[in-house]
Amino acid sequence: MMNNIYKKLETASLALAAYGATAAWAVNDLPGGPAVNQLNLHPPVTKIAEQQVWLHWFMLIICTVIFVAVFGVMFYSIFKHRKSLGHKPATFHESVKVEIAWTVVPFIIVILMALPATKAVVASKDTSNADLTIKATGYQWKWGYDYIKGEGEGIGFISSLDEKQRAMSDSGKPEPTDDYLLKVDNPMVVPVGKKIRIITTSNDVIHSFAVNSFGIKQDAIPGFVRDTWFRAEKTGDFRGQCQELCGKEHAYMPIHVKVVSAEEYTAWVADQNKKMAAKQDDPNKVWTLAELTAKGSKVYEANCQSCHQATGQGMGPIKGLDGAAVVLDADSSKQINVLLNGQNNLTMPAWKQLSDTEIAAVISYTKNNWSNKTGQLVQPAEVRAARQ
Amino acid sequence: MSAVLDPHGHGAADHGHDDHHGAPHGWRRWVYATNHKDIGTLYLLFAFTMFIIGGVLALLIRAELFQPGLQLVNPELFNQFTTMHGLIMVFGAIMPAFVGFANWMIPLQIGASDMAFARMNNFSFWLMIPAALMLAGSFFMPGGAPATGWTIYAPLTLQMGPSMDASILALHLLGASSIMGSINIIVTILNMRAPGMTLMKMPMFVWTWLITAYLLIAVMPVLAGAITMVLTDRHFGTTFFNPAGGGDPVMFQHIFWFFGHPEVYIMILPAFGIISQIVPAFSRKRLFGYASMVYATSSIAILSFIVWAHHMYTTGMPVTGQLFFMYATMLISVPTGVKVFNWIATMWKGSMSFETPMLFAVGFIFVFTMGGFTGLILSMAPIDLQLQDGYYVVAHFHYVLVAGSLFTMFAGYYYWSPKWTGVMYNETRGKIHFWWTLISFNVTFFPMHFLGLAGMPRRYADYPMQFADFNAWASFGAFAFGFAQVYFFFFIVLPTMRGQGEKAAQRPWEAAEGLEWEVPSPAPFHTFENPPKLNADANRIVA
Repeated sequence: MMNNIYKKLETASLALAAYGATAAWAVNDLPGGPAVNQLNLHPPVTKIAEQQVWLHWFMLIICTVIFVAVFGVMFYSIFKHRKSLGHKPATFHESVKVEIAWTVVPFIIVILMALPATKAVVASKDTSNADLTIKATGYQWKWGYDYIKGEGEGIGFISSLDEKQRAMSDSGKPEPTDDYLLKVDNPMVVPVGKKIRIITTSNDVIHSFAVNSFGIKQDAIPGFVRDTWFRAEKTGDFRGQCQELCGKEHAYMPIHVKVVSAEEYTAWVADQNKKMAAKQDDPNKVWTLAELTAKGSKVYEANCQSCHQATGQGMGPIKGLDGAAVVLDADSSKQINVLLNGQNNLTMPAWKQLSDTEIAAVISYTKNNWSNKTGQLVQPAEVRAARQ
Repeated sequence: MSAVLDPHGHGAADHGHDDHHGAPHGWRRWVYATNHKDIGTLYLLFAFTMFIIGGVLALLIRAELFQPGLQLVNPELFNQFTTMHGLIMVFGAIMPAFVGFANWMIPLQIGASDMAFARMNNFSFWLMIPAALMLAGSFFMPGGAPATGWTIYAPLTLQMGPSMDASILALHLLGASSIMGSINIIVTILNMRAPGMTLMKMPMFVWTWLITAYLLIAVMPVLAGAITMVLTDRHFGTTFFNPAGGGDPVMFQHIFWFFGHPEVYIMILPAFGIISQIVPAFSRKRLFGYASMVYATSSIAILSFIVWAHHMYTTGMPVTGQLFFMYATMLISVPTGVKVFNWIATMWKGSMSFETPMLFAVGFIFVFTMGGFTGLILSMAPIDLQLQDGYYVVAHFHYVLVAGSLFTMFAGYYYWSPKWTGVMYNETRGKIHFWWTLISFNVTFFPMHFLGLAGMPRRYADYPMQFADFNAWASFGAFAFGFAQVYFFFFIVLPTMRGQGEKAAQRPWEAAEGLEWEVPSPAPFHTFENPPKLNADANRIVA
């Protein structure tokens, strides 16, 4: 009987060990992101984060000392003052002196804790005299970065999660990847050692912009702007994730900030400006259906697919596009209007941040994909007209 | 035939005088219930049912998070699970369970014949049934259950389907029920105490509930206001929280947390009361610093109204705002510390024994204090910037709500169930339940501190792989914890309800004090029909 139990235990522990061996998921620490089984805060890269790490240790040590002292007393009492040991109960039940002491002493400790914390709060709130100001806009479910003041002014782009990683997540069997759910197409790029002010806002619901290594977390609130700042002291790649529940794809809108040297940054700015110039489509060009649907398919994949699905069937509260009246309608202004302004309280968000060409392309694509065979196409000029 | 369900009650036989018109029979006894003991039983069974539903949702969440990648549910459904787990546990399990304890114990402890408003008592229980059905049924409505988190932050609520409206209505009903319950408790305590029981002689459980009831009356209407504004924003064209019409989403958070933070204390103060009864009983020594306990509880209640924005450090507050809320929050640790010190001073030089109620009480003090310390760490705005909306917060509030509120309810169950059912629970099984619960609880929630420090955000259906091991541990612990509660119900609660077990003495605990131990076990259907004459300490009946 016992033998049998031991055998079972042995099998179970072997299975557990085998699991343990694979459990590390064969991934490595991600510098600037989480480490495998990380136990503490991220290594700080800014002064603010350094203060936070210091404060956390400071608090942890004080709390541990108090905890050990208080529970040392309790456990001593538990082991010594037992009925089973024949301990007779004392009869005291109050002492004004003791009670005043253990009210006043914690009060003093709390004040001592508050002093360094106050210093850190004041420092973290000072967003003045920034070298570079970037607006981070939360969209369901991606980030938009606009460089609004300083070197690189005028650059703007959307940063979204790598589509392959999103698909891996859905498959239920993601391959071991160091930057799983943290890889984006276009990272935010900033120069090292410069004061960067981040202005946050949102296009739909509340999101939160956070990078642990910098010690920043700032909600992005629709209709309002808030700000925070950081001055990275090291180059490298630093990761964060959206921190405020923003709907279905909340887990899939990571933040990637690339900190580079001043020279690299200047080169990056030049490169971006060139790209942006090249991207400007001739607004008056008349597109063919094939050109539009080819481009539209890419736009769909990057922006629409996570909700409306590759099949165009939608899911749950999300409406299907395949066979939908508004898509098939010969009057394409209705669909243009939905894309520009959103609908159903922005369950379908507004997509006005896309270019005229992109909107025209994706509408043409949905009108001519799946079982939708309307042959209709929408030209960028129509979208531009609808915007006005 | 069960003791609790037995209309006459076994123990009533030799106290026929207390039981002159008996209990009504059949379903009428429960539907038309006006007896505080029956209503207390209803509340407790209801709360346990909701606890199991909320627990199943928690296990679905943990099952999905066991490994990276989505294996079981899509992210939309995952968000529905986290939302409903929170709403059901807070409004369906913890709050009603404490009201159940209040119904059973307050009249017994103050020597009153029943609650002040017996029919309103019935109504406040039965209001919860449609509310619970609407909450639990929201999964089957078009678009599924609300997926906004239990904090229902605007403007995400504007995007939800019809189940959001159902939940708002359900919260209104639960709020109305709580307010009625609170009025009942306050009136009972202030008007129906036996002669000689002055306020400063009341048992601590009665004191903590008196303060809690005032908190409930103060803040439930605030929640009602907030969710009504959400409702009119959704359907009647108002824009309180919709920036497109000049509304302010952050305003919702201010109003919500003005309710939400006192709510946290609503869920923990009665727990403090239960512990303050149990620790002296098993230390065979009077509660240390009774008066300071009362003052500490009141200060916590008052402070709870001026700390709400510590939930909102990351919304972008002015420096002075952050500093004010940080200082006020840190102050709460002073009266909370006083309570812990008082409990330990009560144990000091006592003559302790460790039956299950005491085990849960000591377990509570130990684990709850850890939750208290993480709360102090979170109260520091600069550290909170790292931890806000992450797993450290999840760990923190489960340490204070599960190890805090839930453990004390278990303690209270083991302590008072002999009086309720007339039989002793099985001590060995009680001990198994305690150790199993304590260990699995820590396996579940301790690793979450590390996840939070490393930056894992809460309410995520999938996560970077570096977090995989701790998530696996947490999921493993959660299932163990869940099974412990199934064991508790089937092997401990059910047998006592069926009357199986050693017959309980009128005073099952050697040194337990209070009027509840002056009536036989099980407590007869009617008790204290005539006001009892009390001794000077108001804890014994004389003559």
